[in-house]
Amino acid sequence: MEKLLDVKDLAVSFKTFFGEVEAVRGVSFHVNKGETVALVGESGCGKSVTASSIMQLLPMPPAFYKNGQILFNGEDIVQKSEKEMQKIRGNEISMIFQDPMTSLNPTMRVGKQIVEGLIKHHNLSQDEAEKRAVEMLDLVSVPQPEKRVKQYPHEFSGGMRQRVMIALAMVSNPKLLIADEPTTALDVTIQAQILELMKSIQEKFGTSIILITHDLGVVADMSDRVIVMYAGQLLEGGTVDEIFTNPKHPYTRKLLGSVPRLDMDRSESLHAIDGTPPDLYIPPKGCPFFDRCDNAMVICKENMRERDYHTNSHYSCCWLNHPMAKKVAEGGVR
Amino acid sequence: MKLDVTYNDEMFQKAPDELRDSEQIRRPSIKYWADVWRRLKQNKLAMTGLILLIIMGIMSIIGTRINGFKYFEQDYSQINVRPNSEYWFGTDELGRDLFSRIWLGARYSLIIGIAAAFIDFGIGVLYGGIAGMSSHRIDAIMMRIAEVIYSIPYMLVVVLLSVVFSTAGAGTSMFVLIFAMTITGWVPMANLVRGQVLQLKESEYSLASESLGASDRWILRKHIIPNALGPILVNVTLTIPRAIFSEATLSFMGLGLQPPKPSLGTLANDGLAGMQVGLFYQILIPAVFISLIMFSFNVLGDGLRDALDPRLRK
Amino acid sequence: MTKYLLKRLVMVVITIWIVITITFALMHSVPGNPFATENKNIPPIVYENLLKKYGLDKPYSEQYVMYLKNIIRGDFGDSMKSDTETVNEMIGRGFPVSARLGVQALLIALIFGPALGAIAALFQNKGPDYIAMIISIIGVSVPSFLLGAFLIQFIASNIEWIPIGGWGEFRHTILPSFALALMPLAQTARLMRSSMLEILGQDYIKTARSKGISKTAVIIKHAVRNAILPIVSILGTTVSNLLVGSFVIEKIFGIPGLGMFFTTSVFNRDYTLIMGVTVFYAIILVTALLVVDIAYMLVDPRIRLTKEGR
Repeated sequence: MEKLLDVKDLAVSFKTFFGEVEAVRGVSFHVNKGETVALVGESGCGKSVTASSIMQLLPMPPAFYKNGQILFNGEDIVQKSEKEMQKIRGNEISMIFQDPMTSLNPTMRVGKQIVEGLIKHHNLSQDEAEKRAVEMLDLVSVPQPEKRVKQYPHEFSGGMRQRVMIALAMVSNPKLLIADEPTTALDVTIQAQILELMKSIQEKFGTSIILITHDLGVVADMSDRVIVMYAGQLLEGGTVDEIFTNPKHPYTRKLLGSVPRLDMDRSESLHAIDGTPPDLYIPPKGCPFFDRCDNAMVICKENMRERDYHTNSHYSCCWLNHPMAKKVAEGGVR
Repeated sequence: MKLDVTYNDEMFQKAPDELRDSEQIRRPSIKYWADVWRRLKQNKLAMTGLILLIIMGIMSIIGTRINGFKYFEQDYSQINVRPNSEYWFGTDELGRDLFSRIWLGARYSLIIGIAAAFIDFGIGVLYGGIAGMSSHRIDAIMMRIAEVIYSIPYMLVVVLLSVVFSTAGAGTSMFVLIFAMTITGWVPMANLVRGQVLQLKESEYSLASESLGASDRWILRKHIIPNALGPILVNVTLTIPRAIFSEATLSFMGLGLQPPKPSLGTLANDGLAGMQVGLFYQILIPAVFISLIMFSFNVLGDGLRDALDPRLRK
Repeated sequence: MTKYLLKRLVMVVITIWIVITITFALMHSVPGNPFATENKNIPPIVYENLLKKYGLDKPYSEQYVMYLKNIIRGDFGDSMKSDTETVNEMIGRGFPVSARLGVQALLIALIFGPALGAIAALFQNKGPDYIAMIISIIGVSVPSFLLGAFLIQFIASNIEWIPIGGWGEFRHTILPSFALALMPLAQTARLMRSSMLEILGQDYIKTARSKGISKTAVIIKHAVRNAILPIVSILGTTVSNLLVGSFVIEKIFGIPGLGMFFTTSVFNRDYTLIMGVTVFYAIILVTALLVVDIAYMLVDPRIRLTKEGR
């Protein structure tokens, strides 16, 4: 399988009044052509920062790349200039944002917003662009596209706006689509429609998708592989099957345990994860999950485990999987 | 992240609770107003304004008695004297000491500005607060009335009032000036307060409080007033220079304070005559002080607004 | 939308009516009357005739109705102090002068203010930002009449081509327009800066950037276009500030505009002229506010819809 995107040891920080906030701390993962990788974690764990950094969309300053590479088609995005990035953004990598209510310019007609990037990248004439906008709206199943292209965002419902966002992102047929919590702000019924739409578009164009979410239901439905992020680091990664049936990191287990399932016994209660993630203003030296982990060991406090591969595709970073940790690990996994 | 440690069994024991510190909040937590003050202190421009205002405030009280001349004393042997070691700011065409007159003028300008701002504040908070807390119908009527009052060009009303309540050429009493300036000046404050009340009343935290059984008064005290205080404070700070400016403009048109009491505006107006015969200092000095007062209040107001805006919290 | 416009129109009429009433009431609450207060040595017969001529011998209610009727016909009556001109003629002479001055100042303010504010926002906390903010702080701190005085002292006195005052050619308008423009320029610059900063943090700016269009296109098409809306909404206040400013600017530069007539009429206690100019100003201002409101609806598609929906 060919790697489209290869992020290597990426670190991104923000300079603030109180000091440096290390939002992303040494993250490595890759995305193959045509596959969907889900980036999962709770709010504030650095998922969105990771996503934005792939397109150099972070406000710099205060944000800056501290370390690492982001190889896209073999070229390092971290090193690219603003001009070079403009050729990539919207053309080869596109992004969908969380809140469709605020992601569209309120004073510009929807059609114009969809094709604005296309006109820039492919020198389209006004007429062609208009036609293309109608096609795109049709593609994302917005009814009456000819009429709709001339309307303003406030005339669209939330779900319809997210369809517009998808049309806007897909108009140049990008190789990679980054969807930053694309359904979080939507009603559950609309969520399913948007996900369906994304899947069908992916099939049609063979786009790779990075799906950022905290909703594990969405993950199971949409993605091929899952990576779990916590406090700016990746704790576990693997195929959907591996992560859902055989989670190796206690955080992943807890994440899964905190999702209600229909087949759950009534006496079984939902497992919330106690405590809060560490403050990245002074990141912990050892495992960031230490404070919230039931089976934390002495070694975890000061040392982070390196990736421990269980299969070719499945890894985790946890001392409990170390051979010497048998006693604690057996003593009380949940 | 290579490990140089050699593993031993001890490391793989369950971690004792003392090692955990999840309850400890690492980031220093700062109280709201202390935080506002901290941010205001960082704003050099705003602090300059504050310090200037304090100095000018003190000087407007004691400044008239510093160099031994009385503001109304006329000395015909000393007319139009340029600033020197005896007359620090020079004298005017009647031989009056400008240093004393400037500080007296500053006193009146400040009194007029602050009084007008506080009256605007009082009426505005009351009117806006009532409108915001009332039923939709009453609110709509009250705001319509305010709208009409506000669209009356206020300067015209001020001029008219000055004309009515003053005898030709003799200037206006301070009371009339303040009254005239507040007649429409309270409307923006009322709008602001009403907007704040409505917004805060509907805010999630007020609703949350209400759903926990809090009374209206509790919500008003605990949620609405503390949160509306910031914008109101900013507005008051920015109303003062507006009133001072209006007074100066009126005085400049000859509708200002009754002589011999000077305001900075009347001093500037007198100075205009001086300028035309080459005595530029006579307009420059009051001009500088008007501008300094305006500057100080404006930058302080801006600084306050920035310091109060949580979105700018760093 | 038509319904909203009609509603606004009614408000405009009510406002103007209130101004007329207030003006009338204030002018007639002055103790005595304009002829009694000053010229005590007018022969009684002349005095009677004067009263008759201006309708001052009739009861207030009748005078009020008369005045309203005349204004509806567009007649502001005779000046009490000038024998040669009616109030209408004076307004007709002064208004074009004031309007030209005001429009020039407004143009200066509206071209340079937003530009300055936008530049300041784009270079937040850098050199251009500080320069723009210094200009705008001076602009809001130095009253226009003082600025005018300084301009006369330093520029007009030294450059022969630029006159100290008076009216007639374009060169007469340069200094007063600039003096008048500085305050609204500074205000729009400040508003534009804060509004730009807010817009630049919006999600849709990120969306625009994610399309790969150039920074300039993002700024002009997405940021400036939206950031300028608040400026449109305060245009009414700006016009009203210009008007107040023009009173004093016209006085300093000796410009024969409406402001000058107003100031002199206040001094001469020319009541019909004061009333006429006041009402005229009120009509201009209230109309300006209405025009601004309509303009705002045209530039902001969101308002258009909500107003239609009502």
